[in-house]
Amino acid sequence: MANVIENAATYDASFVPASVWRLDGVDPRTRLIAAVSFSVLVTAVDSLPTLVAALAVVVVGAGWTGALGQQRWKRLIPVNLLVLMLLGLLPLSGGATPVLSVGPIVVAREGLVQALWIGLKANAIVLGVLVLLARLEMASIGYALGRLGVPEKLTHLLLFTVRYLEVLQREYTRLWSAMKMRGFRPRVDGHTYRSFGYLVGMLLVRSVDRADRIVAAMKCRGFCGRFHPLDHAALTVRDAWFSALVLVVLAGLAALEWA
Amino acid sequence: MKDGLVVLDKVSYGYSPERPVLARCSFQLDANERVGLVGTNGSGKTTVLKLIVGLLKPTSGHVRIFGQPCCNERDFREVRRRVGFLFQDSDDQLFCPTVAEDVAFGPLNMGKSREEVRRIVSRTLSLLGLGGFETRITYKLSGGEKRMVALAAVLAMLPEVLLLDEPTAGLDDAAAQHVVDVLAELPQAMVLATHDPRLLGGLVNRSLRLTAGRFTPESSRDWAANPAVRSARQQTA
Repeated sequence: MANVIENAATYDASFVPASVWRLDGVDPRTRLIAAVSFSVLVTAVDSLPTLVAALAVVVVGAGWTGALGQQRWKRLIPVNLLVLMLLGLLPLSGGATPVLSVGPIVVAREGLVQALWIGLKANAIVLGVLVLLARLEMASIGYALGRLGVPEKLTHLLLFTVRYLEVLQREYTRLWSAMKMRGFRPRVDGHTYRSFGYLVGMLLVRSVDRADRIVAAMKCRGFCGRFHPLDHAALTVRDAWFSALVLVVLAGLAALEWA
Repeated sequence: MKDGLVVLDKVSYGYSPERPVLARCSFQLDANERVGLVGTNGSGKTTVLKLIVGLLKPTSGHVRIFGQPCCNERDFREVRRRVGFLFQDSDDQLFCPTVAEDVAFGPLNMGKSREEVRRIVSRTLSLLGLGGFETRITYKLSGGEKRMVALAAVLAMLPEVLLLDEPTAGLDDAAAQHVVDVLAELPQAMVLATHDPRLLGGLVNRSLRLTAGRFTPESSRDWAANPAVRSARQQTA
């Protein structure tokens, strides 16, 4: 659980001057649409050359935009752990052409190919999304989703989560260090489970309290259930250029696949 | 009888029936007054502030704000536009991603136009020495900065009365002193729940001590004798 909170809280903690990011000035909405279209296309792809081409495009994109700098490449680790697990398990689940058999264990070619295929696709998609979205603040993504017609409740949920994850993380760290200061060391026994239960319970209770206080503070500033966003950035020429580029790439990949 | 800006008339309140926090407690804030509320933790200082803006409703007694009796949510909605409330924990108050959006939240709720709101935001931020903070991310601010931005968010609604819940709590000396200096420049009538001798000694006109659910006047000389206050005053003199 600690890791989950940590990962989410450090999601956009890194800060690079805006000029480094080559996609700067491209509206988050354009990027989101590009990311979704690219992901959908890659999932539909069935031939190796197209998939390799797609991977090449995102790798070049990553190099060009610096999307993997600042430790951001680490975000590829969870995906590839999953892929490794599939690589370990899928070949064992049976198939027509055995590559290797040790006693009752048979490694099948079909499973191996399937796992590699999933690995390539997953990496292409995650890398593509990273290239397009990694340097955006979560808040801009939230607003962009809202303006693309995602229901208000969901975007508010996202925005509030982003805002208060760090506060919760601080609360968790405080409680956890207070436990350690009093000599708590996790073991495999009832005391440990109960203490962890209290910790999680206390976090929940405090979150509910905090939510009440936030609503109170919002009411004090005249909140009546509707948000009025301050900024409405318009799409610019850059978005047009960027969309054209993305369209060319996607059309190229589609042609390679189906033409 | 002439009404004050804020009047609590024999107000009672308790979070549980066995343990009342306020017992037929009366309070009045007049124009141009700065009143300090002191009392032990849990004595009900924050409760008093919450009753004034209707976040809590008294179990008995009456609340009158700006001469109007306030009973239900609709009455208090009007009150909250004219009475600003600074929360003890600024993280409760700052929930928008950027500083500008947070300061704009109140004025936008009041139905002001975007142009006007933008003017209000930049004017309020520069008033508090926060020029250039517009695009800063609220959760990456320091504690002192958060408190000042929260104050800016309250002031952006142009309130006539300020309620401040421990405005200097949790801040280092420099940040706390900055808050005190800023508050001293503001024209609004104020109610401050605080323990800070800097506020009680220099800023307020009178202090009330809350014990056993009632207010008793507190001599300001006790605070003036405090060495922390004396040195703060010498510095400002």
